[in-house]
Amino acid sequence: MSGRAAGIDDSLQAQATPVPGLWPGFWATLRRDLLLAFRHRGEMANPILFFLMVITMVPLGISPEKAVLAMLAPGMLWVVALLATLLSLDGLFRSDFEDGTLEQLLIAPQPLYFQVLAKVLVHWLTSGLPLTLMAPLLGVMLSLPEGGYGVLVLSLLLGTASLSLIGSIGAALTVALRKGGLLLSLIILPLYVPVLIFGASAVTSVVEGFPASGQLAILGAFLATSIVLAPLAAAGALRISVNG
Amino acid sequence: MGWQWFHRLGSPRWFYEKSSAWIPWLAVLSIALLLWGSVWGLAFAPTDFKQGNSYRIIYIHVPAAFLSLAGYYVMAISGAIGLIWKMKLADMVMKSAAVIGAVLTFVSLVTGAVWGKPTWGTWWVWDARITSMLVLFFLYLGVIALQEAYQQQDTANKASAILALVGMVNIPIIYKSVDWWYTLHQPATIKFTSESTIHPSMLYPLLVMVIAFYLFYALALLLRTRSEILYRERKTRWVQELAEAGKGSH
Amino acid sequence: MANPLIQLEALSCERDERVLFSGLDLSVFAGDVIQIEGPNGSGKTTLLRVLTTTSADFSGEIRWLGQPLSKARLDYLNNLLYIGHLPGIKKGLTPGENLRWFCGLNQGHQRMSMEEALAAVGLAGYEDVPCYQLSAGQNRRVALARLYLTPARVWILDEPFTAIDKQGVANLEKLMAEHAAGGGCVLLTTHQELDLAGVRKVNLLGYRQVRS
Repeated sequence: MSGRAAGIDDSLQAQATPVPGLWPGFWATLRRDLLLAFRHRGEMANPILFFLMVITMVPLGISPEKAVLAMLAPGMLWVVALLATLLSLDGLFRSDFEDGTLEQLLIAPQPLYFQVLAKVLVHWLTSGLPLTLMAPLLGVMLSLPEGGYGVLVLSLLLGTASLSLIGSIGAALTVALRKGGLLLSLIILPLYVPVLIFGASAVTSVVEGFPASGQLAILGAFLATSIVLAPLAAAGALRISVNG
Repeated sequence: MGWQWFHRLGSPRWFYEKSSAWIPWLAVLSIALLLWGSVWGLAFAPTDFKQGNSYRIIYIHVPAAFLSLAGYYVMAISGAIGLIWKMKLADMVMKSAAVIGAVLTFVSLVTGAVWGKPTWGTWWVWDARITSMLVLFFLYLGVIALQEAYQQQDTANKASAILALVGMVNIPIIYKSVDWWYTLHQPATIKFTSESTIHPSMLYPLLVMVIAFYLFYALALLLRTRSEILYRERKTRWVQELAEAGKGSH
Repeated sequence: MANPLIQLEALSCERDERVLFSGLDLSVFAGDVIQIEGPNGSGKTTLLRVLTTTSADFSGEIRWLGQPLSKARLDYLNNLLYIGHLPGIKKGLTPGENLRWFCGLNQGHQRMSMEEALAAVGLAGYEDVPCYQLSAGQNRRVALARLYLTPARVWILDEPFTAIDKQGVANLEKLMAEHAAGGGCVLLTTHQELDLAGVRKVNLLGYRQVRS
């Protein structure tokens, strides 16, 4: 080392041995994204409005008859919630990619896994959670039978979180593509099949008078697996997308 | 070192030159087996007492369905090899396997529909296997679409390899879920492909066809990979010399 | 002789089957300011991206304090500050909020307060103005304020003078000189002539492979 600046040099050396922390980056990104979501809170309403409008189309397109709607309600609510989540996924990493903060995220001395987890959590808080809270209201509009509401909320709570996590892989893979939105749907929809099957079936079961605990347990298992694996795949995909 | 073959295999040029010797063998063997199996299955196997002659489409449908699933694993694993060891050849195999697999899945979907018409009176049944096959077809299309969306070959390879791997992890879950969904909605009155015993005189030609399809798959993959090698290495000297030599001989 | 901070050994970069440069050997010592030169398309940005670890499309070896980068990655990233073409500023946030995120990512080590840093880049009083109300140059300055905050030894700057006025350029040059004198190093690309003593220049054109 050159002797002319030994003083500053020492202070630089002092922090050369880093304390690897997993969570500071998670909290920083979580706080930043929540703040951004709050600033753009108008956008938060979009998936919910989409949910509401498509559900309105169902009686218009099929039949306003109570019995028919009641039969369709569990599946319809689930399919449309899934589509609403999908539509909001395209923006998950895109704005970060466009303004260069994604690059900074990748070279932060923090595991990318936790950063992705923070971003997905904010995505779920601003799309999946409001959709879930909105669902009972739409259930009423589709004459969902009495007993189904609790399980509807519970299944969407677990299911939409999985959808956000799985979808983050698709968002990461298509972030560098200018027209990634439709492609994102194409590559992610097939992966949503199991969540849809068990989510809709949970509601149907309970409406027909059977217990739904099995389906809910499986949805929980999907969520646990997605939390572990999906951010890893998304992190790998982000490195590839930004590299390209 | 024992690793030398691995690195050599990674060289597209080495593979291209070596594999030209395999083509005639694979071609003769697979075409012979295909002919033998189809003639046996279509002309000599006995008629099914319930389905008549229409069951004979299983001699194409079943091997195609086998291979469309196996092909996905071929694609995903070669994608993983390309991703981890940065082996160019594996990337090319992956790209070729995606297209061939999608075609085979489509064939098994179409033959399934053709079979369904005389058997159940409709082109499309939401049977568990057919539905899973349809989702598999979508998974293939996703990989191909992602591969095509990227301008940069390298990024395209890596991105579609990740998607293929994610799909591979999901396939068992999707299959189990669809199976479960099917038993829920369709009490076991009709089954599209009966699990019941199949008579040996019908089974043996089917086995021949399955082996023939595997060989044919290997041949198709080889040929497509070879053309992919030539395309991607078109600027290298050895390919240009090859092209010059080709021009000279004609 | 002192040990180099960063060593590049026989570094080659290829992009879509085209070799950008090859055989690049470079040792970066504490106190170095290195200007990467070369015409458009010669691989300046690619080299910087390789050095920030966002691109892995290279062959050769990169060492940090003598260790291969693959082993010392976390320590290296802890000592790295990169400002790229894109400033990495969220338009919806204020300068203060933007900087707070960066400090959170880098575990909070700071050399001065955020207000002081913003004042140093001439943005005193703009702490609470959302960035979409600032000009391009001001947004750039928010990114540059990170240089005052960071304790990182390695600065990698891709065209840092873009949209910066004369006074800003002079301040930045002074800051880089201080950083180098303090035992850090700067690697940058710029089309401007640096008014700085002892700048080392590396021209990538010299490492372009001649096609046979």
